Amino acid sequence: MEAPLLHLALVGTPNSGKTSLFNALTGSRQKVANYPGVTVERKEGSFVTPLGRQVSLVDLPGTYSLRGRSPDEEITRDIVLGRTPGEALPDLVLCVADSTNLRLTIRLLLELKSTGRPLMLVLNMFDIATRRGVTVDVPRLSQALGVPVVTSIAVRKGGTAELLRRTDELIAAQVPHPVQPNLWQPLTVAQLRATQREADRIIAATISLPTRPDTWTARIDAVVLHPVAGLAILALILFVMFQAVFAWAQPLMELLASAFGALGQLVHDTMPAGLVQSFLQNGVISGVGSVIVFLPQIIIIFLFILLLEDFGYMARAAFLMDPIMGGAGLHGRAFIPLLSSFACAIPGIMATRVIDNRRDRLTTILIAPLMTCSARIPVYTLIISAFIPARQVWGFVSLQGLVMFGLYATGIASALGVSFLVKFFMWRDYAPAPFMLELPDYKMPRPRSIAIGVYTRAMMFLQRAGTTIFSMMVLIWFLASFPRPPAGATDPAINYSLAAMIGKALEPLLAPVGFNWQIAVALIPGMAAREVAVAALGTVYAIEGGKEAAEQIGQLLATKWSLATALSLLAWYIFAPQCASTLAVIRRETGSWTWMWVTFGYMFALAYAASFATYNIAMALGAG
Amino acid sequence: MTEPNGAHPQLPSAMPLDAPLDASLGIPIGIPLGLAKRGYSGVIQHLAAGNAGSALSADELESRLIELGFVEGARVEVLHEGIVGRDPIAVRVENVTIAVRRREAMAIIVA
Ligand SMILES: Nc1nc2c(ncn2[C@@H]2O[C@H](COP(=O)(O)OP(=O)(O)OP(=O)(O)O)[C@@H](O)[C@H]2O)c(=O)[nH]1
Ligand SMILES: [Mg+2]
Repeated sequence: MEAPLLHLALVGTPNSGKTSLFNALTGSRQKVANYPGVTVERKEGSFVTPLGRQVSLVDLPGTYSLRGRSPDEEITRDIVLGRTPGEALPDLVLCVADSTNLRLTIRLLLELKSTGRPLMLVLNMFDIATRRGVTVDVPRLSQALGVPVVTSIAVRKGGTAELLRRTDELIAAQVPHPVQPNLWQPLTVAQLRATQREADRIIAATISLPTRPDTWTARIDAVVLHPVAGLAILALILFVMFQAVFAWAQPLMELLASAFGALGQLVHDTMPAGLVQSFLQNGVISGVGSVIVFLPQIIIIFLFILLLEDFGYMARAAFLMDPIMGGAGLHGRAFIPLLSSFACAIPGIMATRVIDNRRDRLTTILIAPLMTCSARIPVYTLIISAFIPARQVWGFVSLQGLVMFGLYATGIASALGVSFLVKFFMWRDYAPAPFMLELPDYKMPRPRSIAIGVYTRAMMFLQRAGTTIFSMMVLIWFLASFPRPPAGATDPAINYSLAAMIGKALEPLLAPVGFNWQIAVALIPGMAAREVAVAALGTVYAIEGGKEAAEQIGQLLATKWSLATALSLLAWYIFAPQCASTLAVIRRETGSWTWMWVTFGYMFALAYAASFATYNIAMALGAG
Repeated sequence: MTEPNGAHPQLPSAMPLDAPLDASLGIPIGIPLGLAKRGYSGVIQHLAAGNAGSALSADELESRLIELGFVEGARVEVLHEGIVGRDPIAVRVENVTIAVRRREAMAIIVA
């Protein structure tokens, strides 16, 4: 008889290495980073034990208790208590601890015992504990707790061998499970306190304190968390990041751009003129290619973010920013979700699950799309490099990088402003939520995990270019090519197309903000994903341009648009709610259409107002 | 899980036995951690969540503080403070560093 599938669950305090273990055991590549609250969903994987048992493993959000005070903690509680519909009760709960910091996990473990689930304590990060001189009397600890205890090093090859071996032993010994009743009840304050003291007593009897405490973290924090120097360093890091996006990426970008240019030319020269040639050259190569050239930028920005995340800086940045966040009426834990939104608003909105208060969570969700996500980079870069001269200001700062920094800063400032207004008008009678966050010890970023992280993001970007953007391009190419111009027509063919009809119908609406019909055409498919707007402009102008289409889209724009129009489009993109998937996630996470439409509406209004102001001020200053 | 403490944290009888006592009077002394300066180090005497003026209810605040390791007898040190009103603070509790706002730290009485 085939042995039934075994269900294991990873439970533990935040940042103890659950996801690292999950990845090591199942070969997955779920997101790992050095701050509490990375995992906010349940993730499932599977592996086979050394003795050949098929195991299904779930990774869960970190939690300090089973009280479930925020949406992510509820997920963990419900799985452990078997309250998730359609989800098996775990046959074995792996309680994962950071071995350098066992107090909180051992209290959690004592609470978990009351659920009646078979348990195993995994002393993870044992490498760090050993380096610090912590010694654990594993057999005595196991005896005192009444559960098996193993050590593990999730990030080292073979670091999970003992865990696997013990799992097999437990499986062999426990089939069928001794049925234990679930006696779990939310702990009262007095019980919680008593449990912590019990945990401390067990620790005192079985674990020695570190003889070599982590002096590096203390030394770095003395600088990085210094009230003045710390903020200066934070500003410097962000500043260098945006300078790097321009300065480092430029040569690679030009290389990619000329490669696509040459490819387009090749198609142009080798294929017979006609629809197929136009489709390949204008639709596929100019369209998709104009997005793919931004790959270097995407890689650089993610490299920075991943390095900061793995090093352990994020929680420090949250600490430094807390007064500003609090002043804008935001929850202290809103910082990390907002920061993740720089990559993409979708994981950012999901990460708001760590916020316990519904109002605070809603405010954070509302403003997350204002953070400049990586999909805006192509739009910003395209326009900046076409219209902002590549000069140095004050001798060492690239003007283009400075404008980019300004766009990000405007996004952040408006997010804070919107949050302030929301709090002021809607939820006035409401005291500030507390901020309590563990600041993890610094860890040296591991090149392998950074490389995997960057690779995953780059592949996601390319995949989007290959699917969403490609299909939008096909649509745009079609709209811009049909119907064919009547015989003997003198204007460019595109002027007779469906795209021109749609664009020109919308033009009156967008004329006050300085957009022409080509921009109007690009904005609509841009709803699918922001980068599509760049690709659409690439295609529309390529078809319109005919022969000289191989010319780079940026140079083309510089001749077609006024500076005022370009600036207005930049302003539009700071606010524009142009991302269908973000709206869908808002709908899912808030459970209401209302909030989705509220987000759409307010962002649209802001975008229009900002573009209108930018365009008219720029015109008045003579940038027409 | 032995002593039924926690019910009346203010009363000396509920104090942990290992907390330092004022030698002359034999009763616990203390200040709120929320008033402590950077560099302060001491031992938690008790939690007084009702007086903190936090947005959380007293029970909820107390639970969260305990969950982060702020229990009687734990050694704490104020490592860093923010720039505006010296808020928030980064507190070392035994061997973990926790960032909290001073308002919530008012609930932690140390000596
Ligand atoms: N040196 C060392 N580092 C580890 C080990 N396990 C995890 N880490 C690091 O610890 C940090 C946290 O790891 P995660 O796997 O994200 O922790 P988590 O428990 O899933 O965190 P949450 O999802 O936030 O609850 C990362 O920087 C990991 O690289 C280990 O055994 N040794
Ligand atoms: Mg995780």
